[in-house]
Amino acid sequence: MRPGVLTVYRWELSKLRFQKRTYLGLGAAAAVPIIFCVAVATQKGGPEDVAFGRYIHDTGLAIPFVLLLFGSIWLFPLITALVAGDIVAAEDHNGTLKTILTRSVERSQVFFAKVLATVTYAIAAIALTGTVAVVAGSIVSGFNALPTLSGTTIQPGRGLVLLGASLLVYLMPILAIASIGLLFSTVFRNSAAAVVGTLMASLLIQLIGILPGLEGLRPYLLSTQFQAWQGLLRQPVDWAPIVRAAWVCALYAVPSLAAAFLVFLRRDVGGG
Amino acid sequence: MRRVPPHDRPVEARGLVKLYGDLAAVDNVDLTVEAGDVYGYLGPNGAGKTTSLRMLLGLIRPTAGEARLFGRDPLRLGRRALEGVAGFVEAPQFYPYLTGRKNLELLAAYDGGDARRRIDDVLATVELADRAGDRVGGYSHGMRQRLGIAAALLRSPRLLILDEPQTGLDPAGMRDMRLLVRRLADSGMTVLLSSHLLAEVEDLCNRVGIVDHGTMAYEGTLEELRRTAGTVYRLRTTDDDRAVAICRGRPGIEDVAVSATAGLVFRATDDAAVGELSRALTDADALVLELSPSRATLEDLFFSLTEGDGANGAGPSAERRGAVAEHAA
Repeated sequence: MRPGVLTVYRWELSKLRFQKRTYLGLGAAAAVPIIFCVAVATQKGGPEDVAFGRYIHDTGLAIPFVLLLFGSIWLFPLITALVAGDIVAAEDHNGTLKTILTRSVERSQVFFAKVLATVTYAIAAIALTGTVAVVAGSIVSGFNALPTLSGTTIQPGRGLVLLGASLLVYLMPILAIASIGLLFSTVFRNSAAAVVGTLMASLLIQLIGILPGLEGLRPYLLSTQFQAWQGLLRQPVDWAPIVRAAWVCALYAVPSLAAAFLVFLRRDVGGG
Repeated sequence: MRRVPPHDRPVEARGLVKLYGDLAAVDNVDLTVEAGDVYGYLGPNGAGKTTSLRMLLGLIRPTAGEARLFGRDPLRLGRRALEGVAGFVEAPQFYPYLTGRKNLELLAAYDGGDARRRIDDVLATVELADRAGDRVGGYSHGMRQRLGIAAALLRSPRLLILDEPQTGLDPAGMRDMRLLVRRLADSGMTVLLSSHLLAEVEDLCNRVGIVDHGTMAYEGTLEELRRTAGTVYRLRTTDDDRAVAICRGRPGIEDVAVSATAGLVFRATDDAAVGELSRALTDADALVLELSPSRATLEDLFFSLTEGDGANGAGPSAERRGAVAEHAA
């Protein structure tokens, strides 16, 4: 019996489990909400000018949403790039690509397993931030009703559901960044270059977003899609930014993954 | 005797070329390994051995030519072409953050089938059982080399491809590796072994391929290579000047040379010519004091093929042969 993608995927997860950088990423995903909550508990006031910023002392439910906004600048792109940029390049560095490609697995299986493992890690990181933020936030500010962006108020239970949904919407641009990271990881064959490159790409896209005269591009920038989840916190729900985020993120992710896949299938495995 | 059909051959490479920019790392290499061979793939460092092996395993794409393993093209068939094939190119590499055993478990999972059940056996075979629980990051070079063999054996291959398995081993490690390869070959495995250690190859292999500057300088049995090269004789007579004159121009006697250290040496391709020569010497009153054959070692043959202008021909060049003779004598 030949091994399938699932077998390779399980081992990709094992590899992640045994690597320090995985814990560096997940550690940051858990530590940032805690640090933020400590700050909330010890300081008065808050970031008034961001959505939900003014409610962080009223309800812990506001805290994960504020973190999603701050985290989109570089924290989550970095956490994502840390693994996405490394997952192929590390095998180049270790020389292990040739080791696994002379077994009974196809290159395509190895690639898909790596994509799945990266996605799994990204989901874990986002879920971890959301969970830690809501738990620590509730300890600090209570598990109370949350004002929506339309001025209405929702009960904490409903707020929790909307947080979960928002994290899913937030995952879309994260996965687009992961795809760019995978492409860089495959092409650069160097982990550091791929991680930094991915982060730079994410920052450059944000830079385009604040350049004067380029406002017309803004709806199609990856950075804009990090705010799409806000549509869920309106009453009634505004689906337009979410739908747009879905296809805009796909426009970034699909070509990156396709290019990475083709390069990975055809590339020479040298070195090591 | 049953002739092995070409498509059954463990390795058949035709016209392999690999260009890196303008540089030809491998230039038109043909390589044939028959079932049961222990094939020594020889060449100086940088001659293109590793690059050809990478092409055989489908790790890199040939610029031209094609490779077949048991008749299957690794580029088109991917993993299916590697069924029954195992080995490593350059130093075997593993995940440094996993233990030796964990690395083998991973590779066994990537092999599928019952590879996992062989882990304990192969660890015992390469004598790594007591270190299997340590992380590979802390392994010595020799231990990684042995783990590389263990990883290959997990696949219970019919063809084992080893790229310089003795590199970096101490003398005891080299002996162990030689014994291991010998044992595997005796068990019926076909082995393709690259090396620049000629003595090792001479000891292990029945067939050799000699590659130099990316091209194949010789491929065939070791016996044939020796026959082609002929035997070098050393001659001492009561009248060496006359002996030289007699030797030169005699059929079957070639590359007559006089060196300060070895005296008169020549190369002969068959024994009869040597017998005739001794009679001629006696008839001419150059009485034979010494006429002794010295078989050329693989090292002599190797240098004669990979140095000077002998690199392109199937046999040693005249110029180099003189040097071979001197070396052998």
